[in-house]
Amino acid sequence: MTEALTAAEGDTLARARRELWQAVCARDEYAAARAVFGALDSGAGTEDVLLDVIAAVQREVGRAWAENRFSVAQEHSATAIHDRIIAAMAHRIPEPSPTGAAGTVTVACVDGEWHALPARLLAEVLRGRGYRVDFLGAQVPTPHLIAHLHSTSPTAVALSSSIPLRLPAAHTAITAVQALAIPVVAGGSAFGFDGRYARLLGADAWAPDARAAAELLGRGLRRPARGAVRQSIEDLPHLADQEYTLVLRSRRQLVKNALAGLLERVPAMRAYTDAQHERTAEDVAHVVEFLGCALYTDDGDLFTGFLDWTGDILEARRVPSRVLDPCLVLLEEELKDFPRALGFLARGRETLRRRDARPPVPGPDSSA
Amino acid sequence: MTAPHSTGLTIMTRVERPPAHAGQGLLSSVGASWMRAPYPALVVDAHGGVVEVNARAAGLFPRAAAGVPLADVAPDWLVQAHGRASEGAGEPAAGPGGSARGRHAQWSLEAHPTRGVDGQIVWWLVDDTDRALAEAALKSEQERTAFLADASSRLLASLNSQRCMEVAVELAAEFLADAAVLVAPASGRRHPLATCVDGEVEHLLARIDPSAVPGLAEALQGFPPVPSRWIDPASLPDWAVPGGFGGPVGSVVVTPLPGHGVPAGALILLRRSDHAAFDTSEEVFARVFAARAGAALSAARLYMEQSGITATLMAELLPPMLQRVHGVEFAGAYRASQDSERVGGDFYDVHPGTGPGEKTLAVLGDVCGKGLEAAVLTGKIRSTLQALLPLAGDHLQLLRMLNGALLNSRHTRFATLVLASVLRREGTTRLSLTSAGHPLPLIVRHDGTVEEAATSGTLIGALPDVRATSAEVDLRPGESCLLFTDGVTEARGGPLGDVMFGDRRLRAALAECAGMPAEAVVERVHMLVAEWIGDNRHDDIAVMAITAPRTTHLTAVDGHTPGRYTT
Repeated sequence: MTEALTAAEGDTLARARRELWQAVCARDEYAAARAVFGALDSGAGTEDVLLDVIAAVQREVGRAWAENRFSVAQEHSATAIHDRIIAAMAHRIPEPSPTGAAGTVTVACVDGEWHALPARLLAEVLRGRGYRVDFLGAQVPTPHLIAHLHSTSPTAVALSSSIPLRLPAAHTAITAVQALAIPVVAGGSAFGFDGRYARLLGADAWAPDARAAAELLGRGLRRPARGAVRQSIEDLPHLADQEYTLVLRSRRQLVKNALAGLLERVPAMRAYTDAQHERTAEDVAHVVEFLGCALYTDDGDLFTGFLDWTGDILEARRVPSRVLDPCLVLLEEELKDFPRALGFLARGRETLRRRDARPPVPGPDSSA
Repeated sequence: MTAPHSTGLTIMTRVERPPAHAGQGLLSSVGASWMRAPYPALVVDAHGGVVEVNARAAGLFPRAAAGVPLADVAPDWLVQAHGRASEGAGEPAAGPGGSARGRHAQWSLEAHPTRGVDGQIVWWLVDDTDRALAEAALKSEQERTAFLADASSRLLASLNSQRCMEVAVELAAEFLADAAVLVAPASGRRHPLATCVDGEVEHLLARIDPSAVPGLAEALQGFPPVPSRWIDPASLPDWAVPGGFGGPVGSVVVTPLPGHGVPAGALILLRRSDHAAFDTSEEVFARVFAARAGAALSAARLYMEQSGITATLMAELLPPMLQRVHGVEFAGAYRASQDSERVGGDFYDVHPGTGPGEKTLAVLGDVCGKGLEAAVLTGKIRSTLQALLPLAGDHLQLLRMLNGALLNSRHTRFATLVLASVLRREGTTRLSLTSAGHPLPLIVRHDGTVEEAATSGTLIGALPDVRATSAEVDLRPGESCLLFTDGVTEARGGPLGDVMFGDRRLRAALAECAGMPAEAVVERVHMLVAEWIGDNRHDDIAVMAITAPRTTHLTAVDGHTPGRYTT
């Protein structure tokens, strides 16, 4: 679609993007609305404005936060402004026919997933294409999702997740939905840049963006055949080694032990303020959670990807990423009976060593 | 049948045992015992003429005798097998590859050749009629069992009754018949129908006369099914034959779908006239399937009814959607202590002032306890407050009335709450805050300073008298006031798993929220607390932000002026 735009349309969208970006930087909701509605008034398509203006600016917001150019408040304000504009735009799109000729789709974020905007954009795109859409919002507990599906029986479920940590929760949701013979299309950066985790977890389809998702749904997804709930170990036989279970169940003890070890080995930590100690504890907890996630998917890239991303975040805030290494060493000592975990930790340390030898680069998008 | 059974193993040993050069010599030496062998055997020469027939073979082929051509007495498949075996006469021995199998009259036979002298071939026959029948029966039984297992899991997958009907007709039309029509009990005067032919499912809601189909009215009332042979396919009304059926109906089965005490409907199975009619075992099997479909449909219907009732009752208890009122932003977030629930003992409401010059009343509170019981009491408090709105200007008076109402109710629980009367005048938003035993509201100034509102008061529903002092707070643009329940500050978790979120972390989080819109403040606090909790147990959590919008432009898109994108 983007490539089919005329030059004039392209100019309109580029101008709107520029104006919207300036408006969210200034946290000026009114100017933001002017930018978006101006583009619509000049004839830009609703879908193009949603995806090529709002979603594009939102990605830039995530990048700005990762690079420490945006504060938390700026990031949240930008998201809130985008949310309001999308809500206002919905009033301009004609109501879809009540029969929902194109089908009914439930759009939801995985439990624990707070970034609702990508899912919301998809919901609006589908609504614009004539679907009847139930948008359940951010962090939908799987029991709520299933209860909703029992009462509505949609043609498909679109499941969004941006954080790989939510993959186990996404897996639960995918298998539970499929057990109702409803197909699941997965989307969002949690599922990998090429959808590898969507395939791993047995989703019926994966879409890199909202347009691709809409086109997939337009072609129709086959209903999953089986009625019984697939258990996680059927998709992921490596879980039988119990490493994921044991690491996850003892994660608090792991974090405590690693923190105690750090205090002993990193003298600088003794001068930390309470808040600094707490940040460190959060970082260690994150490392353990991502290690657990890598064990769940048996994919070391998830762990090294996380370390790279954290390295970028730290370096943007003038903290060298090698501060993470002692933590990995301590975890290696704690987890010496876990061969898969040791493999991931070794790869993680290698990633940090390689980072030390190169200049910092901007991190991946945190919020798209 | 003609011979007692033998296993395949003994057949093979029999075939292998006679040496290749035996033939007539062997026959003469065993003579009579060959004639009395318990298996049919015949000797045929290279030209297809019968040489000798033992007693069992004579029973199978009564006209077979020495000199008679095999083709005149035996079935074609044996004649052809003999032709093939004779062509390979130069080979040392006919291997198992020379064996053949086929039917003869009512029997199913295996024929194994061994070579005799002068190109003669001895055909050893084994009657496997019973085995073939048993195999066919086993296969059909296995298919039925597999179908029932598959049917059960597909039927039980959904608790949506329409989806369940769809699955039932799909399965029936795929396995039991050419087309299936499921007639559900009438809702009002009309019956929901689901039809399936060639995998195409259709749903209808139609006024039908069940007595038009023989046995249907009875099936819908739960009487035993009428035998298929009693139903004249020609008498079926149009609605009972799906559109795409094509061709005349050959046979019909009408079977009830037994439910939980009341029939869940009836299933009409149709076969085309070129398809064998339903036999008794198929009718029985249709009933077995119908029992499963009926149970699944009843469960789905019961679930739909219950969830409909729950949704209706719950609607009043769910936290409301908040929005901008008279130029002030309100946003709320709620999380019940149980992930499977949507309501609990925390609540909030915003009652907009009747006009821009009138105060808006916001309330957030916490009833002692969790779950549905606590939620019911929040409903009572919310509707009592609604009734007391005319008194909203006097918080103490309002709390006294509410206290009286709670003390007189059958509930023994008490509650804490915060009242906030909000009025915006020009650039300033004035809040009148009163806490009744509730955690104190926090105010975020534009520079990130966080202050506590200086209000205090007793909880309500416990003591005969209520005392409270209010605090007046002015919000400038970009400043927010956060009302929250103790589920926020008392949330346990964090990286170590057992630390309280506490006041300090809440204040630190709020300090970053200066200048944020109300939704963003609420989302930020809610998210930090949820991440802090992780998968720990937690109490109900409610958060509400009251925010003076940051940009002065926003007066133009106020809630009461026809702004361009107010929602």
